[in-house]
Amino acid sequence: MATPILAVNNIEVIYDHVILVLKGVSLTVEEGRIVALLGANGAGKSTTLKSISTLLKGERGDITKGNIEFKGERIDHLTPADLVKKGVCQVMEGRHCFAHLSIEENLLTGAYSRKVPGSQIRQDLEMVYGYFPRLKQRRTSLAAYTSGGEQQMCAIGRALMARPTMILLDEPSMGLAPQIVEEVFAIVKSLNEKEGVSFLLAEQNTMVALRYADYGYILENGRVVMNGPADDLATNEDVKEFYLGVASGERKSFRDTKFYKRRKRWLA
Amino acid sequence: MNWQAFIEVLVGGLLSGVMYSLVALGFVLIYKASGVFNFAQGSMLFFAAMTCAGLVGKGLPLWAAALVSLVVMVALGLAVEKFVLRPMVAQPEISLFMATIGLSFVIDGLAQIIWGSTAMKLDLGVEDMPLEALMDKTGIAVSQFDLLAAAVAAVLVSGLAVFFSKTKVGRALRAVADDHQAALAVGIPLQRIWGIVWGVAGFVALVAGMLWGARNGVQFALTSLALKALPVLIIGGFTSVPGAIVGGLIVGASEKLAEVYIGPHVGGGIEAWFPYILALGVLLIRPEGLFGEKIIRRI
Repeated sequence: MATPILAVNNIEVIYDHVILVLKGVSLTVEEGRIVALLGANGAGKSTTLKSISTLLKGERGDITKGNIEFKGERIDHLTPADLVKKGVCQVMEGRHCFAHLSIEENLLTGAYSRKVPGSQIRQDLEMVYGYFPRLKQRRTSLAAYTSGGEQQMCAIGRALMARPTMILLDEPSMGLAPQIVEEVFAIVKSLNEKEGVSFLLAEQNTMVALRYADYGYILENGRVVMNGPADDLATNEDVKEFYLGVASGERKSFRDTKFYKRRKRWLA
Repeated sequence: MNWQAFIEVLVGGLLSGVMYSLVALGFVLIYKASGVFNFAQGSMLFFAAMTCAGLVGKGLPLWAAALVSLVVMVALGLAVEKFVLRPMVAQPEISLFMATIGLSFVIDGLAQIIWGSTAMKLDLGVEDMPLEALMDKTGIAVSQFDLLAAAVAAVLVSGLAVFFSKTKVGRALRAVADDHQAALAVGIPLQRIWGIVWGVAGFVALVAGMLWGARNGVQFALTSLALKALPVLIIGGFTSVPGAIVGGLIVGASEKLAEVYIGPHVGGGIEAWFPYILALGVLLIRPEGLFGEKIIRRI
């Protein structure tokens, strides 16, 4: 087993001092892996990612228990800028490109925290364009005028410009056509293999996520209810039934007690 | 129609418009970087002018007074960022706006506690007199002082335009303006960026304050310049540095021309409100202003 690069230890997150969103979430990401974080709306996927990237403070959220370690170092008290310098970068849900900056300017802002010569930045820019040839075509257009897929690519490319060792990717499939989703995930996979970037990936689209991930965690109501290698999760009967929507055998009814008990465990 | 008089009014209007632009510039800077309409900009201008004039009154030479005021203004800007804006990260924009209203009272009060509330004079060494060479040749009177103000504005604006579009910090500033959260996520230190912006806004306030103070006297009425900047901002666009300049020129020229050529037919005194009517018209046709960032919506 590889060494864990990121360890989230039993964190509890409260918004606005009253709303308990995460009730003790623990997870680890091993170096060079893609780990998927799955779950329904409101399960706490984004909150988990934001706790790691310390963007939580900007949304009146607070980690009240537990801690987060990156490469064995506590990171939960850092500012987002410091964290990016350490090599953790988040790609936010809904892309969040800088609308009035061109694609190339968007990418360049990703390199803000780095103190390296301009030639190095140029080289990294070409690297990003290598992975996302579409961005090169549209380098001069304002991000707001590009398509959703291009914006998602721009957001990932922008994160890459910080040369992170770990990217927290929040819902990359949101609002994208299935074909583009495949394209984006394929690029994530090749970034993972060629650049050695580890990914923690929050995703609704369980089927696609499990296909590209190595390991998965399933969150429900702020708790991890199941975890395991991606292949195991994908073939697990419960996951199939409650997330993938493919039940084995005949249709189930709510009066089916066995089903009811199993369902209850998910919602507990 | 007397063309000589027309040109004189037009040039005078354009040049006084530049003075409005200088005031508007401070608003644009802060609005660009934090999406906040800084109500305290007029107060900062007043504070800067008071500090500079006060120091000259204490016997400092003008350049030294300006330098000390610059340090004071940048420090003030940084302090505002640290004590007012930093605790308010991620609050709604309206809260930030209200904080700047409160801030304007604090700064007004501070300036008067330190320097008293009597009007002061500030002499920049250039008089508000027609340029004689030009007067002799063409018979058109153009104020030397206005020309100085225009030159200063030109230098400031080109400097800022390059800063915003070409430098790394400028790019980060625009990024922050677009999306705070995303800027944080890619590792742009929001607080340092805001500090820089408020520092620069302090500097711009000093330049505008010195010029306006020298022309109208350093007095409390300077704070109301913020109101004059409003139509400039609406016409030029809140987010555009060139917009602030063009807006200023339009306001300056149109209000003077309207006063001279329309004024007599309606009983005069329209200079004071004409720009607001103009701004209203722009709002109806182009809500983001002539040069403002387009409001782009995905549909």
